Amino acid sequence: MSQSLLSDLAVALASGAVRVIDLTNTLSPDFPVIVLPAEFGQCAPFRMEKLSRYDDNGPAWYWNNISMNEHSGTHFDAPAHWVTGKDLPSNTVDAIPAQDFMAPVVVIDISAEAAADADFVLTRTFLETWERENGRIPPRHWIALRTDWYKRVGTPEYLNLLEDGAHSPGPDAGAVEFMVHERNCIGLAVETVGTDAGQASTFTPPLPAHSILHGNGRFGLQCLTNLDKLPTFGALIVACPLKIEGGSGSPLRVVALVGETNA
Amino acid sequence: MTNPLTPPKRKDPLLRTHVGHVSPNLRSRAATAMAARAGQGRFVLQVCHDCRRATYPPRDRCPVCWGELDWQDQPRGAVIEAETTVRSSVDLFFRDHLPWRIGSARLDAGPMAIVHLHGDVKQGDRVRMELKLDRGGNPALFALPEKETSHMADDPQLRLFTADPKVRRILVTDGREATGQAVASALLDAGATTVFLGNADPLMRYPGQDRIEAIDGIEPVALNLTDTGSIEKLAAQLGGRVDIVVNTARFTRSGGVGFGGKLSDLQSSLDLEVTGLMRLAQAFAPALSARSDDGVNAAAAFVDVASIHGLTGNAGFAGSSAAAAARLALVASLRGEMAQTGIRVMSVLTGPVDDRWHQSVPPPKVTPTQIARAVVTALQSGQETICADDVAQDVMARWQADPALTIREENK
Ligand SMILES: [Zn+2]
Repeated sequence: MSQSLLSDLAVALASGAVRVIDLTNTLSPDFPVIVLPAEFGQCAPFRMEKLSRYDDNGPAWYWNNISMNEHSGTHFDAPAHWVTGKDLPSNTVDAIPAQDFMAPVVVIDISAEAAADADFVLTRTFLETWERENGRIPPRHWIALRTDWYKRVGTPEYLNLLEDGAHSPGPDAGAVEFMVHERNCIGLAVETVGTDAGQASTFTPPLPAHSILHGNGRFGLQCLTNLDKLPTFGALIVACPLKIEGGSGSPLRVVALVGETNA
Repeated sequence: MTNPLTPPKRKDPLLRTHVGHVSPNLRSRAATAMAARAGQGRFVLQVCHDCRRATYPPRDRCPVCWGELDWQDQPRGAVIEAETTVRSSVDLFFRDHLPWRIGSARLDAGPMAIVHLHGDVKQGDRVRMELKLDRGGNPALFALPEKETSHMADDPQLRLFTADPKVRRILVTDGREATGQAVASALLDAGATTVFLGNADPLMRYPGQDRIEAIDGIEPVALNLTDTGSIEKLAAQLGGRVDIVVNTARFTRSGGVGFGGKLSDLQSSLDLEVTGLMRLAQAFAPALSARSDDGVNAAAAFVDVASIHGLTGNAGFAGSSAAAAARLALVASLRGEMAQTGIRVMSVLTGPVDDRWHQSVPPPKVTPTQIARAVVTALQSGQETICADDVAQDVMARWQADPALTIREENK
């Protein structure tokens, strides 16, 4: 590798020729988590208990104890998260090769479709049409679905949980099979609370994104923000989950590097 | 008749809030034992083992024959033989509430007693005696008219021995559940000015939301007892405007200890019900305490609704009972702390609630309406501990008679 590659990047970062876009929602007690039927264990939201703030519990220092589920806030899903990925090698966050934590991203804009129909289902046909218009999805990319769903954070319409379940866009099985087996994606990156559509438990097979992605060793990134700030091709995602022993996922800071030629 | 209470005017912002004094707690162990029974709404006196005479005030031995004394429930009737009006006092609390009427009552049980008088009671009247707790948690005898008089509960002397919801502003912590909704409605029906109704997840709808939030007097507020920041934020907004706090939050799940219990359920129970109670107390106790003698809508009470099985444990609901036990322990300590500031701390104890988490429990189960009625009764009477339903009453009675046996019975 050319010695100049990283130093060129450093110069570009310093000059702003490469910008760093934050794709992470703020981790706060108010940030919604996925809601399961009440008889199942529930995803613990982020919580913060002050330990000291320059007070009698610590006169010169400020720090908090925090707690949360592995899948709270902007988070990473490892293959072991789903039963289909339970027996794969290196399927937990501590075992995934660090090399996989940096990967390019292709952004598929379905924001208009999602705005028109909260239950918009991404199909293989849609992706093939998209490729004819935008170009082929390259291998070992994150496939990011821009839905502009992040703009709903802080409103009931983010989870959009009605009496017949959640309503948010996501892929069907055909689309996920295509992304995994024919485009060899590294994973699926979304702004919604899960990689699957809100109604995906009624799909056949149910929850195809979780099932197929993780069953094939691919990852999920959820609750992202700012996907509308990324170019269709050419950005690079840095997503390093916490190294939790045997962890099924992790809250994390996700950023994207965007070069000026993309701007 | 009593002048009906009217909502207070807004406070003059230039006036210093009246400090709520509490008499120093110098009472004997016998007086403390009387207080414990008063807190349960009982009317008790000590009765001598040997000469069978009832005695008052509380003592360590019979004043007649030096025999041993036992607490026994007594008839509540009495006749007022003399009355007087106190016009000066060195007591920091009473000197601000003068003139104050007291009298000598010949109790049907035997002894003469100095008692506080309701405004509608005069010399020669037959009266109904109540054993009350004063704002410092000490027992006191209060003479009520034998028959209900109009606006009887609004009597200014009586109101200092109760935490009547009338004209008060009340925070109910969990409006998302049927119990909190029933409590909120009942408090408004009992004359509360406003019920601030907590919602732990304002972005998520809940059953009954449209109905309860449309009721005049209900003010929905964001409040999540598992989130310290959320409680602090609400206390900062409402602290000085809440006169009573009623905590109805629960996290009940079935399960044992060695078998069938889920650690995550236990954590959720403890965080919501135990740590959450302490978060709530830390956020609201100071503001309540600062306003314990602040006019007709002075801050008055902190009420906690918990499972009776906190006393005993309960097979099949081990974790939830453990949370209830911890809750009762915290409430007991809080009661001691708040007695020094003139705020009553009350426990409403319930059997299994008729909700979706007790589907497998056979009836009888307590309804939200029964719990709401108990909350209102406790506040109106000033009672410290009240059982909301037959199951709670039965467990309480057995536990008082034989704790070790009851613990075994409830864990079979
Ligand atoms: Zn005697």
